[in-house]
Amino acid sequence: MFAFIISRILQAVPVMLTVALISFAMFAYVGDPVAIMLGQDFTEAQRDQLVRDLGLDQPFWVQFATFIGHAAQGEFGLSYRLSRPVAELIAERAPATLELAFTAAALALLIGVPMGVYTGLYRNSWLSRFFLTFSLVGVSLPTFLIGILLILVFAVWLGWLPSFGRGDTVKLGWWTTGFLTVSGLKALVLPAITLGLFQLTLIMRLVRAEMMEVLRTDYIKFARARGLPNRAVHFGHALKNTLVPVITIVGLQLGAIIAFAIVTETVFQWPGMGLLFIQSVGAADIPVMSAYLMLIALVFVTINLIVDLLYYAVDPRLRIGRGKGGH
Amino acid sequence: MSNVAPLLQVKNLRVEFPTRRGTLVALDDVSFDISPGEVLGVVGESGAGKSMTGAAIIGLLEPPGRIAKGEILLGGRRIDNLRYEEMRRIRGKEIGAIFQDPLTTLNPLYTVGRQLAETMTTHLPIGPGEARKRAIEWLEMVGIPAAAQRIDSYPHEFSGGMRQRVVIALALCAEPKLIVADEPTTALDVSIQAQVIALLKRLAREKGTAMMLVTHDMGVIAETADRVAVMYAGRVAEIGPVREVVKHANHPYSAGLMASIPPLDRRVERLAQIDGAMPRLSAIPKGCAYNPRCPQVFDKCRTYRPDLINAGTTQAACWLYDTEAPRG
Repeated sequence: MFAFIISRILQAVPVMLTVALISFAMFAYVGDPVAIMLGQDFTEAQRDQLVRDLGLDQPFWVQFATFIGHAAQGEFGLSYRLSRPVAELIAERAPATLELAFTAAALALLIGVPMGVYTGLYRNSWLSRFFLTFSLVGVSLPTFLIGILLILVFAVWLGWLPSFGRGDTVKLGWWTTGFLTVSGLKALVLPAITLGLFQLTLIMRLVRAEMMEVLRTDYIKFARARGLPNRAVHFGHALKNTLVPVITIVGLQLGAIIAFAIVTETVFQWPGMGLLFIQSVGAADIPVMSAYLMLIALVFVTINLIVDLLYYAVDPRLRIGRGKGGH
Repeated sequence: MSNVAPLLQVKNLRVEFPTRRGTLVALDDVSFDISPGEVLGVVGESGAGKSMTGAAIIGLLEPPGRIAKGEILLGGRRIDNLRYEEMRRIRGKEIGAIFQDPLTTLNPLYTVGRQLAETMTTHLPIGPGEARKRAIEWLEMVGIPAAAQRIDSYPHEFSGGMRQRVVIALALCAEPKLIVADEPTTALDVSIQAQVIALLKRLAREKGTAMMLVTHDMGVIAETADRVAVMYAGRVAEIGPVREVVKHANHPYSAGLMASIPPLDRRVERLAQIDGAMPRLSAIPKGCAYNPRCPQVFDKCRTYRPDLINAGTTQAACWLYDTEAPRG
């Protein structure tokens, strides 16, 4: 098991290096940092001085190695736009995005999985048909439209929930949370639904398809022939066998939720990393963009590792072969 | 046969499948009894309704299949019209089932011990500790070596023959009075088949369990069954003691079926075969379903359908044994 984790981490290294190369290349090809930093009036001497200070006179590989060395320590330099360390900016914004993503993912799982099980079991019931029709809406409507519609109904017409921002937050060390205040929780509702709706319907349809597949198998018939209660057959034997594909998709989608919270954060002016990224793109703030790119790559790599470990926990068939040397 | 009250009675069972192109009759007027401790072999070609009969008895017909007519009684109690939850309590507890392919019958994600224990705690008044103890005993009884260690193994860690032994333990562990075994050896290697059949036979005898043994292997039937029912196109063609049906079949179909078994004591140039194929459910001929293939067919067979008639040693659904004057 330990060897497997190590090998997976080693496999992640080339991925991260490639992303780092792309991030690094942005500095060279998207705008000229020297021109941006010097402004309009400068002397040749000032320019040369800055190039030396920034290390831009060094060979490419030296610059890249320096970049990686700093990145590994979470050091991405100063934001052009806000003149503050990028790491600090991101650390400030990360809790907002992570809380939103976590809530959206929890919503999608806690509602999507039972709905999928239900529609898989009772294919022809009235409620299943309703869920399926509803899921088509979730799958086909674009996120920004859902967000705007929710704002229109719940913030403008009904006035129940705020239409933007994060509400009041509480500081826990460097982390700021909106979970502990009423206004923070209220502010979370609409963005979380907007962000989670697509995932919810996707999970529901996936679980439904897998359930229908699994319910036809011999071991489910045999479980029924052994007289096991329906609850044990459906939620034990059947659901567990649908989990491997569901974990795969949920893992990828969780990455996507964090990475592509951008649209939702923009619609709701949610002070998270996505909004920071969009604002940085507008200002060609390359240090922030490159740091964000690498952070998202790291999130995906980490989630994939966790997904692989979960496979092992769920499916004993995967444990043999690789685990022969161990136990 | 015997004076004991039958354990299982199937009376005039009719199973239908409503389809868009009309209703298909998968089983028609199937009747037979099984006494306590008796092994009834059910043979016939693929699609004759053998497995369907078993599925109807355990109450797990694939929808949209349904019992349209007839009754199934277990120990005198009607079980074909029970609600799902009532029937569930009977499955496993009073009627055990063994399926064809041991590679797919066990849940791959649960250890065999857990599958045994959950079956027992569902049906028997015992706790998890006792269930685990008994699970080990059952694995020993079905001949799994080092049962105490293997109990926490997953199905994929066993061979096909071993898995079928586990399935047998699962079918028997709540001590049912009847086992419906649907081709329990078909998917196994020939060398393993005999072992598994011997095990099944021994355990059924020890526990006094009656068995409905569905198979198309006449060797298995000859060795294991007390009586045989031969099925053809959704009906029972002949039923009787195993010796009689194998050696002196009365129905021309059973006779043809038995003649197609290669004899071991002499060489034959060519095996006997029955010409033609069993009709599809949507095109069962009028009269006796076997009449287009029957070497002894006569007029009456083409018009009227025979029910089981006493044919001396066995009962056969054949007009040859009709003592009354031929009708029409």
